[in-house]
Amino acid sequence: MYRYDDFDHGMVAARVDEFREQVERRLSGALTEDQFKPLRLMNGLYLQLHAYMYRIAVPYGTMSARQLRKLAHIARTYDRGYGHFTTRQNIQFNWIELKNAPDIMAELASVEMHSIQTSGNCIRNTTSDQYAGAAADEMTDPRPWAELLRQWSTFHPEFSYLPRKFKVAVIASAEDRAAMRLHDIGVEIVRNEAGELGFKVFVGGGMGRTPMVAPLIREFLPAANFISYLEACLRVYNRYGRRDNMFKARIKILVHEIGAAEYARQVEEEWAHVKTLGLDPPAEEFERIAVQFAPPPLDPEAPDELDLGDPDFRVWVDQNIVAHKAKGHAIVTISLKPIGGIPGDCSADQMDLIADLAERYSHDELRVTHAQNLVLPHVAKRDLYTIWQALDAAGLATPNLDLISDIIACPGLDYCALANARSIPVAQKIAERFSSLERQRDVGELKLKISGCINACGHHHAGHIGILGVDKKGEENYQLSFGGSGAEDASVAKIIGPGFSEDGVVDAVEKAVETYQALRDPGERFLDTYRRVGLQPFKEAIYG
Amino acid sequence: MRILTGNDLVTGQVTWWTGEGWSLHVDEATDVADKADAILAVEQAARRVNGAYAIDATREGGHVRPDHIKDRIRAIGPTVRPDLALAPADPADRDWVI
Amino acid sequence: MGDALRFRDDEPHEEPAVTLDSFLGQSNATAVRLESDEDARLLLPYLDRLALVEVAFPTFRDGRGYSAASILREAGYKGELRAQGDVLVDQIAHMRRCGFDSFAPEAPLDMAAVERALTRYPARYQPAADGTAPIWARRRG
Repeated sequence: MYRYDDFDHGMVAARVDEFREQVERRLSGALTEDQFKPLRLMNGLYLQLHAYMYRIAVPYGTMSARQLRKLAHIARTYDRGYGHFTTRQNIQFNWIELKNAPDIMAELASVEMHSIQTSGNCIRNTTSDQYAGAAADEMTDPRPWAELLRQWSTFHPEFSYLPRKFKVAVIASAEDRAAMRLHDIGVEIVRNEAGELGFKVFVGGGMGRTPMVAPLIREFLPAANFISYLEACLRVYNRYGRRDNMFKARIKILVHEIGAAEYARQVEEEWAHVKTLGLDPPAEEFERIAVQFAPPPLDPEAPDELDLGDPDFRVWVDQNIVAHKAKGHAIVTISLKPIGGIPGDCSADQMDLIADLAERYSHDELRVTHAQNLVLPHVAKRDLYTIWQALDAAGLATPNLDLISDIIACPGLDYCALANARSIPVAQKIAERFSSLERQRDVGELKLKISGCINACGHHHAGHIGILGVDKKGEENYQLSFGGSGAEDASVAKIIGPGFSEDGVVDAVEKAVETYQALRDPGERFLDTYRRVGLQPFKEAIYG
Repeated sequence: MRILTGNDLVTGQVTWWTGEGWSLHVDEATDVADKADAILAVEQAARRVNGAYAIDATREGGHVRPDHIKDRIRAIGPTVRPDLALAPADPADRDWVI
Repeated sequence: MGDALRFRDDEPHEEPAVTLDSFLGQSNATAVRLESDEDARLLLPYLDRLALVEVAFPTFRDGRGYSAASILREAGYKGELRAQGDVLVDQIAHMRRCGFDSFAPEAPLDMAAVERALTRYPARYQPAADGTAPIWARRRG
């Protein structure tokens, strides 16, 4: 994985120094809260319901054992012993004191991590495929390109006060595991007919109050022009994105209002100028980064066979293991979704354990997924049983990847100042309702996503089943929607009808699942059946 | 009653206006009637509180219950982590919040 | 008004800036003021005779002025480029990078803090209008 050089170290060290001074100026009164807020946000610090919340970037979802151990240390020393992994491959701590934030930032810098631009109206942490560098189906490793973006976007002087936040995702396989088309810019690495590497560029996707799947604005961007083209995309947005209404300020609104073709035309016009400015790093810089993502030294003799004699182990292997590109190896998803638990939460002790496993069995590499799980990307199959036993003992071996209890949920009103309703208790009740693993596996892949407000941090628009919490005259109320997808068949879910109470929405989900089970053709997922038969039979079963 | 709440600037902890200062305990909140804006302006300028605002609440016996669930959650902590509540977890808290 | 802050050796330009509309409607003005929603590209035909462009920051959160400045510098504008309005310590370093070389803040600036802000970062990740070599170029010595 990428290691900082002296330049990178110097930059994060300067950031720590800068933020320390900004915090001092806030505490002394030299900065008002209005002036300080964008500064703390651009360093990942929010004021939430109970305390300050600190969001730390895990760039493109990749981290090492040492880094995870540092997060465990931060959880114990400055927080309350746990952290929360988010849908953008970040981690959040919920109980931070403002006066400690600069010290935490310095701790992060010591392990080559930071919280730079994890919030604010700037270019956020670039996300990617959690299986990057390991997946059997990828064309190339997308992470070097994401790292190139990280460096370009870090402290970008022109794009630090954009109309609104800006999220980029980069993938390199036909299967989209990063919700790429639901980003402000989605990049898919492809080859053209001549075999040259380049990018398909999608602009103007997003969730929030106006969900949109990003349209394609460039079929093929040559690799050498990656940065200059994105600079042009951002400049058009910075100049013409709406600033009169915060709710219409995302780039998706601009692209929608002027049309994808016109936006693409403006970008091309801007790019014709911008690409003459020497913004694109030379191929050698890309190579310098790319070699650091070279595959780890996997054992070419690792046996492919696996003893599946233990039935519980077999279920876990079936559900949570996916194919690795190398023979005798596997990719392990560590579920942070125990039945009845808080989706994405991980205790300091669990972090330490996972760090140990990564170090011992996964070439010191870990991943964070946008579905709020962790991944050991490079595991020899012969080690799977040992890993499973260790995870199981720590409550980390729930075999539910992509099943109905593998729920994405935002922190909701239990933690978040923007939320209208709680998300976590709904997730817990649904997981408990479907606690039978046999039943979950019979239902099959079903992506259920819950947000506690229309900002959609819980990706409810992209859920096969999506749940949105709203405030109905002071009462929590939940709207149900079906048919969303964040994958390569991206679509926005549609609301099915009037909302429900907390218990009512759990019942409605169960009825929907039963309807699917009654109507499905062989091999169909919930989403497929819904798309084939439409809403009506579900509606009748639920509202009947 | 009308009460004031915010977060401590330095620690971020949830606080409630008692008439003399800021307390961690909602039950110590006092009715500010129509003085909310004046008190908030002074207290925020003095950096004794951050992100403060006025809410409606109801006094029930010795307890003050914010009218909106959001502020009841702020008063005791996340409903999904009773172990992290300000006071030792009281099973009655859940009913009080919801 | 805070004191003006200037990073140029030439004499300050005395002519008051006119609005973009009136600049485009007359041939002899040499100083123009650009509101944050106005298009800097409209000035490109006149860069040779411009001595001062003042770009308004109605609030520090309005980032359009950074693009306006970059566009003017990229097109070769050499005159004074002034950021006026809600100009604060913590944005000045970015403004300098985008080509601003004078500042007319509404409220006084803490000059020691400005000095620290301008010298704090040892390098820059990306090229910008200030011409600083980016880190990727410096890595190759």
